[in-house]
Amino acid sequence: MYKFKSSEITPEHIYFSRRRFVVGAGALTGSLLFLGGCKQSELTSPGESINFCETAVAQNAMDELGDALTPCGSVIGYNNFYEFTTDKEEVLFRAREFRSSPWEVKVGGLVNKPATFDMDDIPKKFPVEERIYRMRCVEGWSMVIPWLGFSLSKLLKEVEPTSRAKYVRFETLYDPKQMPGQKDDYFGWPYVEGLRIDEAMHDLTILATGLYGKPLPPQCGAPIRLMAPWKYGFKNIKSIVKIDLVEEMPVSLWMKSAPHEYGFYANVNPQVDHPRWSQVSERRIGELSRRRTLLFNGYEKEVANLYEGLDLAKNY
Amino acid sequence: MFVSRKCIFHILVHAAALLPAALIVWDSTRGQLTANPIQEITLRTGKTTLVLLVLTLSCTPFRLITGIRAVLPLRRILGLYTFSYACLHFLIFVGLDYGFNLPLIFEEVLKKRFAIAGFAAFITLLPLVITSTRGWAKRLGGDWQRLHKLVYLTALLAVTHFTWQVKADFRLPLLYGIIIIFLLVIRLPQVRAKLDELTLPLRNLISAIGRHK
Repeated sequence: MYKFKSSEITPEHIYFSRRRFVVGAGALTGSLLFLGGCKQSELTSPGESINFCETAVAQNAMDELGDALTPCGSVIGYNNFYEFTTDKEEVLFRAREFRSSPWEVKVGGLVNKPATFDMDDIPKKFPVEERIYRMRCVEGWSMVIPWLGFSLSKLLKEVEPTSRAKYVRFETLYDPKQMPGQKDDYFGWPYVEGLRIDEAMHDLTILATGLYGKPLPPQCGAPIRLMAPWKYGFKNIKSIVKIDLVEEMPVSLWMKSAPHEYGFYANVNPQVDHPRWSQVSERRIGELSRRRTLLFNGYEKEVANLYEGLDLAKNY
Repeated sequence: MFVSRKCIFHILVHAAALLPAALIVWDSTRGQLTANPIQEITLRTGKTTLVLLVLTLSCTPFRLITGIRAVLPLRRILGLYTFSYACLHFLIFVGLDYGFNLPLIFEEVLKKRFAIAGFAAFITLLPLVITSTRGWAKRLGGDWQRLHKLVYLTALLAVTHFTWQVKADFRLPLLYGIIIIFLLVIRLPQVRAKLDELTLPLRNLISAIGRHK
């Protein structure tokens, strides 16, 4: 298969040369103009991120609908990861020192064979493949991202869920020293998310360990994160340390912080609005005009059968 | 050429008020408006509008407390800049974000309360802008004062608009809400009289310094 560098799709070096420019000029203009949140202290050496995108590769240039991949620079430079900061452009810098190795994922709960997986062994045990998925953020923007990952079902089969297991509960690392956003107890850390077991066993649901042909950078949820592409972005929990099979529906961080606004399912659905804003359309990052949001983010054929008979407006 | 201190002061105010717009232009030429530039400039112009509105509302209390009258002409200047940024904010939303796609705007936006609050805030600014000239102030006389109390409603609607669009962290809108309610409360006659009494030593001190210079 023809492999091409992502830089053939979009010139990332331009994106980052702008950043490099700001390294010099940003400190000056930032302090002169004292715009809130000037970034001079963080903007020291984005070298590793430049390298990331320069050597990024993807086996396909588009998703199955023909939508082009989102440029690597945007994928790794525009992130919601509240464990570091709520500023999407700042996450990259705050997460730079994050230690994602050594790393273990503890899988337990209602299973016959609880296991702790070392991140070094996971790629050997579960070979990764490229999956190009659309990611739709609940805020109304979206990207197309070439992930590297494997079906979560493979890992779950390994631990043998018992018949009582109805849901899968995921947990992010809790380490306020490394993740300064967790010092802010406005949110009930750690980040928790959940899937119904049939959603978790669905072939589209992957544990991603990389993107653009490389291991996940910290801001994208290194070393391992969930990706269920028919759900809103926040459902796809990052930097997972714990996976438990449980009987009761897990309460996610977002459900806990705003129960009437964020439900358990969080399926992308243009017909079911967020209570305060519409989900009818979205902006694909890099595009000027809005596009209409697709039911289940365009994966209707694959996943609609999971929700037959379920009132999606109630089970949002 | 003689340039008065007042003139320099006003030039600085104009420059400061134009700065956020200049920064948007500057950042756009550098590609520094995030990966989602339309959202970024919508948020920036919205925040600037709110800050300018708060500053406009702060002039009178500032004069009350300090006795410095030089800030009073700023009410109109800042008020008109508030409207200018509100226009930008509105046009970016309708034109850039939604590409003047009216059916989509009606389907998606106008049923949403945050957008309605924002639009209502914008509408309440219109009579204030139209009557902002000296001619209108003269023509309306006492009614002008009464009409311009509408800006309190604008402020409350603007904060409501801000609150309803945040994802989850309501602390910043809450802070703006508290500041605006504070600025409104100190205009109540009883509160105003009490404040007047309490801050008299400060005003005396300031005028003494002024005379000394």
